[in-house]
Amino acid sequence: MPTGAVIEFTGIGKNFGKVAAVSDLSFTVLPGRVTGFLGPNGAGKTTSLRILLGLVAASSGTATFGGLRYRDLPSPLKTVGAALEAASFHPGRTARNHLGVYAIASGLPRNRVMDVLTQVGLGDHANQRVGGYSLGMRQRLGLAFALIGDPGVLVLDEPINGLDPEGIRWIRGFLRDMAAEGRTVLVSSHLLSEVQQSVDDVIIIAGGSLVHVGPLSSIDTNTAPQTIVDSPDREALAAALTAANIAFSIGRTGLLAATPDPALLGHLAFTAGVELSVLHRQKVGLEDSFLALVGGSHSL
Amino acid sequence: MSSFLRSVAAEFVKVFTTRLWWMLAIVLFLYIALLAGGLGALFAGIQTGVISPDAVSTGGGSPSFSNLPPLIYGFASSVGYVFPLLLGALATTGELRHQTLTPTFLASPRRGMVLGAKTLALTLIGAGFGLVAIAASVGVGGGILGAFGVDARLLDPETWLLVARTLLAMGLWAAIGVGVGVLIPNQVASIVVVLAFTQFVEPLLRLASSFLEVTAQIGNFLPGAASDALVGASVFSLANTTTVLPLDWWQGGLALLGYALIATLLGYLVSWKKDVT
Repeated sequence: MPTGAVIEFTGIGKNFGKVAAVSDLSFTVLPGRVTGFLGPNGAGKTTSLRILLGLVAASSGTATFGGLRYRDLPSPLKTVGAALEAASFHPGRTARNHLGVYAIASGLPRNRVMDVLTQVGLGDHANQRVGGYSLGMRQRLGLAFALIGDPGVLVLDEPINGLDPEGIRWIRGFLRDMAAEGRTVLVSSHLLSEVQQSVDDVIIIAGGSLVHVGPLSSIDTNTAPQTIVDSPDREALAAALTAANIAFSIGRTGLLAATPDPALLGHLAFTAGVELSVLHRQKVGLEDSFLALVGGSHSL
Repeated sequence: MSSFLRSVAAEFVKVFTTRLWWMLAIVLFLYIALLAGGLGALFAGIQTGVISPDAVSTGGGSPSFSNLPPLIYGFASSVGYVFPLLLGALATTGELRHQTLTPTFLASPRRGMVLGAKTLALTLIGAGFGLVAIAASVGVGGGILGAFGVDARLLDPETWLLVARTLLAMGLWAAIGVGVGVLIPNQVASIVVVLAFTQFVEPLLRLASSFLEVTAQIGNFLPGAASDALVGASVFSLANTTTVLPLDWWQGGLALLGYALIATLLGYLVSWKKDVT
């Protein structure tokens, strides 16, 4: 079983002319976990991943796998498998021949080609020209390319784009399995909801800079300071809140009280003799927290 | 197997797993067969008197085709060279067009080595195109000469030397094609430049340069002229109006090699080592 290597970004920056696409990115991606690399479109995710893979030269900093730059890896495809967003296929070549080219270049046994095509569910389409593939099939072929060297590290750029619901379910399980086997799995996405069921850790960038690193749960806590409370006698409830000096606003389903503690409000209503019909913490989705992080308009 | 040889093998597979190579090879064969066969029949007819010199307007004087077989066999490279040139250029620009440089460089991050492997593979495939072209010019052209009773000189060592030099020239042209491809990474622009230069610009330059001694000496180093010098026979030699002799065969070969190296090295800097996005 291949073992995962630690991916390490150290002060990575990239300027296109005078525009800084990425600046001072430093973070670590650990083996045995699925790490989501998140940010809106244009945040610099693809550029960062291409720097990591040696396809784009960094203006500053280093990105390594277990301490080695991609170009210094003794056998790159056996160490790192990458599927990038761009459809990198010659449309006139069959899937089997497409993978065969790179298997030969990397000195991999020819039977790996059919193994990985079967693994991603393209076994029956191996001899079909890639030009006739659907977007979902191309995504799977890109994944097959990533897997061909049975690498310990997977770097996948937007792997869920273009997949049908069945494909999405499949890839989520696939990512979990890969991490469970001890591999390092780095998956980029512009939608947290796409990957939140699969990832353990998140790295969030916006505008080319790091905005958040940590376990998935770290972006969910303390983000909902409001409690929704309502009463058949809303005026009495409002008076009680005002008396207790708790700020509130009137929402669609009741009063939005500026406190994270429902028990406090319950006690308040009880002592004021106000009957309650609704009392619960306002739920903010992960996606909202994520958008707040990358939006930058209001910090959390 | 070393990583370089693995890359060469991968470059071979790349060419032979798409349809371009055999389409170009078929057109090359038909084109050269038509030209060598047709002109072979015309010249052989005039030489043997089957066709009256008066029947063809040559602007006076009966043409002397004392060395007809090498002239006909030389069509393989003097006209066919554009095919390996196109193959090399298309094989290279296709990588950029279809973004297959990404998986290529992921599999082999040493880019200079990949370009070297591509050049070697295409050179050998270009020589293979030389075989196809020779099959047309010697096979069809020689057959027609024989049919007119002209000695096709198939047993003459000179003929086989010409064949060997044709393979070398065609291989070098494919290598130049790789250089053109990295120098002009836009596929359409690359095709336009290749066709415009080989079919229009260079023939005009060769003609124009042939009127003066000085320019004729420079014109000898034009790639098409160098190629003809390497192979040793060309229709263009008929148009020579000065006393300037063409390059020696080895000089022509070195000139072609120089074009291939310069274009490839410049192209490496222009496009190959740039960011792949």
